[in-house]
Amino acid sequence: MRSHPLFSPWFSLAPALTIVTVLLGASLVYGVAQSLGLMSVIGQDTLSLDAYRNLFTGQGMAGREFWGSLAFSLWVSIASTLISSALALLVAVWLSERRGSGGAENLALNWNLAFPHLVWSVALLLFLSQSGLLARWAAAAGIIQTPADFPVLVRDRYGIGITLHYVSKEIPFLALIILAVLRTQPAGYDLVAENLGASRWQRLRYVTLPQVAPALLSGALLVFAFIFSSYEVPALLGVNYPRMLPALALRFFNDPDLRSRADGMAISLVITVIVLIVAAVSLKKGEQK
Amino acid sequence: MKNPLPPPSPERTPGRNSPIFKNQKWGKGQNFEQNNTTPPLKIRSLDFWGRLGGGLRFGLYFVLAAPLLLFILYAFSNRWFFPQPFPVEWTSAALVRTLSDTRVLAGLLDSLGIAAIVSLLSLALGFPAARVLGLRQFRGRQIAWLVLFLPTVVPPLAIGMGLNILFLQTGLAGTFLGVVLAHLIPTLPYVIFTLAGAYARYDENFEFQSLVLGASPVRTFLTVTLRLIAPSLVVAALFAFLISWSQYLLTLLIGSGRIITLPILLFSAASGGNPVTIAVLSLIFLAPPVLVIAITARHLRGGEIREQY
Repeated sequence: MRSHPLFSPWFSLAPALTIVTVLLGASLVYGVAQSLGLMSVIGQDTLSLDAYRNLFTGQGMAGREFWGSLAFSLWVSIASTLISSALALLVAVWLSERRGSGGAENLALNWNLAFPHLVWSVALLLFLSQSGLLARWAAAAGIIQTPADFPVLVRDRYGIGITLHYVSKEIPFLALIILAVLRTQPAGYDLVAENLGASRWQRLRYVTLPQVAPALLSGALLVFAFIFSSYEVPALLGVNYPRMLPALALRFFNDPDLRSRADGMAISLVITVIVLIVAAVSLKKGEQK
Repeated sequence: MKNPLPPPSPERTPGRNSPIFKNQKWGKGQNFEQNNTTPPLKIRSLDFWGRLGGGLRFGLYFVLAAPLLLFILYAFSNRWFFPQPFPVEWTSAALVRTLSDTRVLAGLLDSLGIAAIVSLLSLALGFPAARVLGLRQFRGRQIAWLVLFLPTVVPPLAIGMGLNILFLQTGLAGTFLGVVLAHLIPTLPYVIFTLAGAYARYDENFEFQSLVLGASPVRTFLTVTLRLIAPSLVVAALFAFLISWSQYLLTLLIGSGRIITLPILLFSAASGGNPVTIAVLSLIFLAPPVLVIAITARHLRGGEIREQY
């Protein structure tokens, strides 16, 4: 009776697997085809690697911006990931050493989920722009005279606004991951080190960090991949030049000139390949512990 | 037989803060490593950080409320000129105006409808998959897991751009159904992994017992399975709703400008609208997520796969 096909796990998996494979598969196939210039819409049906060649040699409209955008994307993603990882570690260690108040803690660390990235960006815009709330307070306190005196923190050339956004959003995400590890570790190691006279810093560096490193690395890589590939935040908090790769990709994908679509699609596939590699490493690291 | 089916308690390894160990005597043959316990440490709770932490509670709640206060400040302000640190005049005119704007109302309705349908559909499609992934070992399980995991790492940008042409050709672009299908890609894995996690902590013997005692499979499903899995089911449904509710890029690329949801309106307002309108839209957009998190935050478990949205 157990061998009846209705009892096969694949029967239960079929609906979900079908939706995911069909939609994801189709989007990847169509994406690759478009990046190779295959587009029935404008009657072009020959394969060419022009889009990729232009990108990597820095030629054409999209190509000229590509390497600069890649560097900018890497800068913002790496800076945000490193800063939020370091701060998340401090927050998690601090919380794990405190007793009680699990409810408040849980609320605080999950609270960032109440603010989708889009609306968090909007909050930063209202708070940090040159005529925003902070600038008003600075003016009221007599620190600045006009909005132009206030430093450009959002929509700036250096990606400060984007970095601030991701750091504030990802600290709770990473802190929860670290905290989950710390809670399952015996406190004994830390106590022994403390008993032997290790300083706070030494305990963090030689006891806690090695314990949480695999989970933290795995989480940080996921954060990097997310930042590297998301669009809304750099579109709202960034400038037109330099812009992160996703913004560049969508710009050319939406170009009225349909031939630019191949460029946009190629950029988005470059992003996808990088993200998939990073995610694979993250999975591997996550499994190790 | 007062309580034949106790709700499944989440298996947590007792950590250093666990109440189980608070009053436990140290020593007496307690194996330190094995029991994962700590002696009660009075010194720790008296140190500087401990005391500071207690005093920070109020500050913490203020920081948590700050983004909402910021939006409220802007949304109800009237003629708030630059150097003024706080609005001098208050008005609800902007809120009333926005709530009676037909574009906003239509966006609100579309957002709610899409998110509700996506949430139900992903539960229906994800439930059986999660059950076998959580309960069974079979050949190819890893592959199924990997395929279902992929949508969480492939960027929505690439998915949306790839599907754009396909949906244009099949007539799904710019339709309600098209957007719902696209939203399923990020929500389905979330629902499946949340429920599979619940099923991994689930004891199937309760079902066997019910069947042996003569309950029909349908009755067993309704009174045993659903009852035991309900908390995770609620969390999965709520978060599928939120992921769909806040989806911008997939709606933009598949909706083709004909399906206008709240995130689309908010994004275009934020790209160059006035702060008051932006703040009002933000408050409307924030209402469901803030409610959901305020209610569920205490029951959420950290460290599992969490969708970014």
